[in-house]
Amino acid sequence: MDFSQFVAALTPFNIALALFGVVAGTVVGSIPGLTATMALAVLVPVTFSMDPASALILLGAIYTGAIYGGAYAAILLNTPGTPSAIATTFDGYPMAKRGDGDLAVALACFASVFGGMVGALALLFLAPPLSKVALAFGPVEYFWLSIFGLSLIASLSNGNLMKGLAGGAFGMLLSTVGVAEISADIRLTFGSQTLIGGFGVVGALIGLYCIPVLIDLVAVPDRHLKVEENVKSVRIGDAFRLAMRSKFNLIRSSVIGTLVGILPGAGGSVAGLVAYSEAKRTAKPHQKFGEGEPDGIMATESANSATVGGGFIPTLVLGIPGTPPDAIVLGALLVQGVRTGPVMFTQSGSIVYTFIYGLLIATILMLPIGLLIGRYAYKSIVTIPKAVLVPTVGFMTIIGTFSIRNSVSDVIIMLCLGVFGWVVARFGFAASPIVLGLILGPIAEQGFVQGWTIGAATKNLFGMFFGRPISQAILAFTLITLILPIILARKKARVGAEP
Amino acid sequence: MLKKQLLKYAAAVAICATIGTTSAAELKGPVSYIIPFGPGGESDISARFQQPFFKEKFGKDLVISYQPGGGGAVGWASLNGLNGDGHTIMGVNLPHIIIKPAQKDVGFTTEGLNTFYMFHYTPDAIVVTADSPYKTLADLVADAKANPGEVTMSGSGKASANHLAQIKFDKLAGTLTTYVPFKGTGAAVTALLGKQTKAEWGYTTVGAKQGDAVRMLAVAMDERHPLFPDVPTFRELGYDMTGGAYRGIALPDTASAETTKLWSDMIGEINNDGDFRKQMLDGGFAMLDVGAEDMEAFMAARVEEYLNDAREAGLIK
Repeated sequence: MDFSQFVAALTPFNIALALFGVVAGTVVGSIPGLTATMALAVLVPVTFSMDPASALILLGAIYTGAIYGGAYAAILLNTPGTPSAIATTFDGYPMAKRGDGDLAVALACFASVFGGMVGALALLFLAPPLSKVALAFGPVEYFWLSIFGLSLIASLSNGNLMKGLAGGAFGMLLSTVGVAEISADIRLTFGSQTLIGGFGVVGALIGLYCIPVLIDLVAVPDRHLKVEENVKSVRIGDAFRLAMRSKFNLIRSSVIGTLVGILPGAGGSVAGLVAYSEAKRTAKPHQKFGEGEPDGIMATESANSATVGGGFIPTLVLGIPGTPPDAIVLGALLVQGVRTGPVMFTQSGSIVYTFIYGLLIATILMLPIGLLIGRYAYKSIVTIPKAVLVPTVGFMTIIGTFSIRNSVSDVIIMLCLGVFGWVVARFGFAASPIVLGLILGPIAEQGFVQGWTIGAATKNLFGMFFGRPISQAILAFTLITLILPIILARKKARVGAEP
Repeated sequence: MLKKQLLKYAAAVAICATIGTTSAAELKGPVSYIIPFGPGGESDISARFQQPFFKEKFGKDLVISYQPGGGGAVGWASLNGLNGDGHTIMGVNLPHIIIKPAQKDVGFTTEGLNTFYMFHYTPDAIVVTADSPYKTLADLVADAKANPGEVTMSGSGKASANHLAQIKFDKLAGTLTTYVPFKGTGAAVTALLGKQTKAEWGYTTVGAKQGDAVRMLAVAMDERHPLFPDVPTFRELGYDMTGGAYRGIALPDTASAETTKLWSDMIGEINNDGDFRKQMLDGGFAMLDVGAEDMEAFMAARVEEYLNDAREAGLIK
């Protein structure tokens, strides 16, 4: 590798493309329902007339921007703009509520740029060896990973373990509705055409997170977010100092994000949740996760941005797309006549490296652009009167849900879930365990069925599920996550009991 | 009254005839091309290949969007409710549109879909990793006979082309292999490359994409694929099976006969473009040219074949 590709990536045209891509991606990502996948699908034909490297830079920039854009809605409206930003709501929205929304937006931007850089650098220097991670993960590993993900409910639901687990189980149940992904059975539709497509994750996110916020906004007379008397600007200085203080958190979360991103079956939502719970597990006593802790936002946002670079590793090295946006980029490459798969790094090396440098440039550009758009988004959301905000957001939720697959059924399901989410929230059931169950349920089911089928065929069921090193490691982590809070609680009780 | 109406129609027909036959069906703007799956699969890739050729030949944009859900059922159930003026088309896949409605009421029927062109198919193929002990199909068959059930083969979905091929081959070869369904070809190939399974029921496209990392033992075609002159067909090896997953395009059933004809001609023209064919073949696809006029006979034959296979396999009642 030499630096001629870096120079090639730095043409004014490519930089302009990266700039446009980041802006467009950020805007698309910030609107719940509009996803990176959609933006890329529409823009692919535009890239046919470009040379392959420029096309890739544009697509990569949109993708990067969209993952970051998801944070705005998460922080300011408690609604993840993309599934990757689920864990951003945990601390982002409480921060915004107490008047620190500007700080939260700036933190998300710093963390995203940092995570994006780590992911892109891993792609640049370590892609071929890291791609082995994707292959080492078999069905059983995915099964245990999803169980580990579900165990995070225990650490996420503060003192409400039973309610959290009930929510998770309910989410898993919802995930079984419709045509089963691998067995092709049609389940739990009760003969209804509405349910045949199942509960889509994006629709459920919008319903379960956004609708309750809208209902609450209408139900109480207070302002949406607390505002300081004179909003001057996004607090860049404060955010930078906080980010510097949490560099270990940023590094750990970015590495988690990169590794999870490599797994084709996982994705940004899982990466964000794992990084969040790791940050919470290692928290200092004064940190209160879930009540507006800056480290929570930084962990999630750096991890989900790192999945962008991580996801391109199996895409480019093995020809196996890590995420739907990766799949679109792969398709665009094929049309350009670039052979992907194992031969790509050797045969089309210069295009690949120009793309990776382009991704790095786009990530760096995200810093000024993200802070600028963030400031604008924050100001407009806080200053806008409620009578305008609620109908506008309500309208967007419906349009966003409909646009996922032009389905009225999805809108109906979204609204029903929204009202349901608001009602059960009165009884202490949070939205996140339900969504977690919905996302992880299919991964667990598929991994279990496939693992069982292979294990039974080779007459080694026990070894299949418990004998593989990666499985054992994930299992150990799961047990730690489940048991540690109980031990800590006991210790606390004992300390408290002593005079 | 009736006479007046008839006169009107006659006048309209006369005007149309003078302008030319295509005026009744004409593209006025961009066309929405819906893929009822997520991106990255064979349906998506082949649609992406068509996209630039369509723009070049007919001057209109082909806008691809994805509507995954229910293994394609969500998209196909909605197709006939869409506008039939020729500006909306949707990809269709065999055996999906035959097997799904036979299993349960999924909101559409095979005959109810206005399929106007089948433009390619991906021939079934058995794929193993480059370092697999199976050098030939005979090696795999011998292992499967010596250790019934222990040869695991990944594939995309259940009651799918891969699954039906596995059942058919087991019957022809007198073997018992274990089929492990995955979510899509990408995941099935990942399982193969990661050595989670011993072989994969895939398509020739897998061989094209993975290159030297994999070896195909046999392909289900009449003649060898031009891209893989060294890979034998199943027929050559004594197993009478050809076929795979067929892909085509449908219009809403409200589309007029003229619109259907126009589309059949347009897709046919792209399909016969030398550069397009080359791109498809290099990707491992096999070309197919079944236009609107031959569709009924083609579908009838496929319906009989697939339903028989599926019934024998116990996948449908």
